[in-house]
Amino acid sequence: MAKLLFFGRLGDLAGGIERAVGLSEPHSVSALIAVLAAGDRLLGSALLEDRVRYALNGTIVDREALVEDGDELAFLPPVSGG
Amino acid sequence: MLGRVAIASTPFDPEAEIAAFRKALDDSGAIVTFTGQVRPSRGDGSVTTLSLQHYPGMTERGIESMLDDAAQRWSLEAALVIHRVGDLRPHEPIVLVATASRHRRAAFEAADFLMDYLKSRALLWKSETGPNGKLWIEPRDEDYADAARWDRQPPGGR
Repeated sequence: MAKLLFFGRLGDLAGGIERAVGLSEPHSVSALIAVLAAGDRLLGSALLEDRVRYALNGTIVDREALVEDGDELAFLPPVSGG
Repeated sequence: MLGRVAIASTPFDPEAEIAAFRKALDDSGAIVTFTGQVRPSRGDGSVTTLSLQHYPGMTERGIESMLDDAAQRWSLEAALVIHRVGDLRPHEPIVLVATASRHRRAAFEAADFLMDYLKSRALLWKSETGPNGKLWIEPRDEDYADAARWDRQPPGGR
């Protein structure tokens, strides 16, 4: 299983901060988003917004990066602290 | 430079943290501290709850690398960042930044730099729940512009 993390408003759209997906073969971030979009179009389009970034096992990656079982992929919407 | 980053899931006491920070110094003549707290109301008198989320591990590493960046730009003896996560009530401290240097300018500028990073680049997500429900907060244009000031002034050391 790969672990998906949805932060900020993406967690509200996904119905929870964490989700596990079983990947029989490596998926690019884009392909994984397409799978999620098939189940939920609103979530799918939110994950593709310009200002959303992706972190694979703690490192920022682009949508070509490959995700496989055991990985942790986080979806990071615009941040705001302080 | 001695740097410390803490993400706190329960309330912290800024005054006690500042006292401990100051006590541990031995070479500084200047200490700058900034405390951010939850605004008591939004102007219409309504009480809101603020919630902050972080990405454990990655958030801390990002702030630590900002401390390293600050240490390259200014000559600092020590720097401290404490940031709350979880649910916060009005008046509760959200963030404490403390910097110490031999003379004041470095400490002032480094604290300003670290706050600009925390407002718009650190991996923290803030939502506000009030009478009209929950709203995710995004940085204002001013916050992005504030942070961009430092990009035009790359690390060089002062």
